[in-house]
Amino acid sequence: MSRATREAYRDRLLPLLHRYPELMCLDSDTGLFNADYAVAAGDQYLNLGIAEHNLMGMAAGMAASGRIPFVNTMAAFATSRALEAVKIDIAYNGLPVRIMATHGGLAAGHLGPTHQALEDLAVMRVLPGMTVVVPADAAATEAFVEQSPNVAGPLYVRLGRKPTPALPVTAPPPVIGQAQTLRQGGDLVLAACGPYPVLACLAAAEVLAGQGIGATVLNMHTLCPFDTEALVAAARPASLVVTLEEHWRSGGLGGAVAETLAEEAPTRVLRLGMPDKFVDEVGNQEHLVAHYDLTAERVVRAVRTALDTTARSGRTDRKEYVP
Amino acid sequence: MTVLRAQERDTLDAVAARIRAHVVDMCAGPEGGHLGGAFSSADILAALYFSVLNVDPRRPDDPGRDRFLLSKGHAAVGLYATLAERGFFPVGELAGYGRPGSRLMGHPVRAVPGVEMPTGSLGHGLALGCGFALAARYADRDARTFVLLGDGELQEGSVWEAAIAAASLRLDRLVAVVDRNGLQLTGATEGIAPMEPLADRWRSFGWAVRDVDGHDPGGLADHLDAAPWEPGKPSVLIARTVKGQGLPFLAGRSASHYVSLSPRNHARAVRALHAMEATG
Repeated sequence: MSRATREAYRDRLLPLLHRYPELMCLDSDTGLFNADYAVAAGDQYLNLGIAEHNLMGMAAGMAASGRIPFVNTMAAFATSRALEAVKIDIAYNGLPVRIMATHGGLAAGHLGPTHQALEDLAVMRVLPGMTVVVPADAAATEAFVEQSPNVAGPLYVRLGRKPTPALPVTAPPPVIGQAQTLRQGGDLVLAACGPYPVLACLAAAEVLAGQGIGATVLNMHTLCPFDTEALVAAARPASLVVTLEEHWRSGGLGGAVAETLAEEAPTRVLRLGMPDKFVDEVGNQEHLVAHYDLTAERVVRAVRTALDTTARSGRTDRKEYVP
Repeated sequence: MTVLRAQERDTLDAVAARIRAHVVDMCAGPEGGHLGGAFSSADILAALYFSVLNVDPRRPDDPGRDRFLLSKGHAAVGLYATLAERGFFPVGELAGYGRPGSRLMGHPVRAVPGVEMPTGSLGHGLALGCGFALAARYADRDARTFVLLGDGELQEGSVWEAAIAAASLRLDRLVAVVDRNGLQLTGATEGIAPMEPLADRWRSFGWAVRDVDGHDPGGLADHLDAAPWEPGKPSVLIARTVKGQGLPFLAGRSASHYVSLSPRNHARAVRALHAMEATG
């Protein structure tokens, strides 16, 4: 079933507001919350207008006074426009502000690069103490919203815009901070975050299995704190790790994986993502994902090319691992 | 309006003088400091911490306390001097300002008792203040939130985002003070980005405005004590000040913005402050 992660978040937040009177829903005129919602949320909902720096600063002041604000804006505005307030007012003070960032990745679609966010994960990931999660579907979003009271400091949640497909239910609900192993395979690792990349990696693993190549698929939904243990355990026996994300290739999931493996378990890493350019194609999220080839076919091609190259160069497909 | 007794006014003058003396000493340290803006706001800080604010150095985390945010965070030396004088930490600690191992950084940090939020990048304090004021309202507390802004800082757009929000939310327990010394790093604010008529600008944003002498701590305290001045409106006190006020060789000069006092100039400054005190 397809459902928009931002709507899943919105609907799950309401009972949470009722359960925890210290929670606040601070809006910046996103349009995500209608009049009925505002009435149901009572004085815990406030539309502060189109002013993202002020939104973050006010959230910090409220959080420093014991409130737990969920702030609502687009990923592009949360992580570029209002970044300094996020960094200094929220992250520097370690305050429990929940930054609910819609239109993540290519989700803004035809609205274009002003509204797309292909840098947000890189930006948020470097801020000390920031928890960064990317739910891959509506169910994961609900799980993360439910778990958010357990997150001590600031939390960044990358959400989408339009409905995106649900993941096949083959694993228990994701837990913030713990990578989700969606499939086991002995030859290589496919690591992804977000709706379309995770689905693409699952589909690619299926194709590769038909070719006799076993792929572990990791849903690395939490970029910070990063589940190094799960990644290293999966990568140890593998000859190749491929990452896929709706993000420019620098600094996001691919960056996190490459940094981690370079230090902990050197393994060849291919980082697949948006090319280093601004989107110049009109289309919805699905179209853009296909246009920029963030697809299962791309993953399969990349894997085949890498393995063929390795075979031609005489290197073995499998690493010799001595614990 | 509370009218301060003559004795209290004398006390505030004396406190402001001690704040300036500490700032001069800190600016003679290895790093120097933002002397000009600390001097222009010394009387404001004295009025706030020794007459207006409901804060208790023995209970700096009291949830019912008033909040003060130094949005013009570069005047940290002035805030540190004030907090030490008010008893939040020992006055002797000021000698460590800017030195390795000290917690007294060039811009305020929360590690220093009494500092509510780190500031320094301009344009952050008023939004934070809106958040504190709103949270106090939600908690049914009478606490007030005070934010000290620089006049050059008003060039930051985020100040006006917060000014809109404060008026829209009718945050009348929020009080801003503008240290209107007319100078920024490289020259006169009116030459770089004119702000006048400043009072009208604030009024047009829905604030109650008073435009006063920023070097009369007793008068400042009277005005600040009386806020909110108009029900349902946030208040802004435009405090007309002189950058570097009290040091004849720096007063009214943008060169006072950041100063490393040589031993000779430190001695000059100390003499000037003594003379200022003697003449009242």
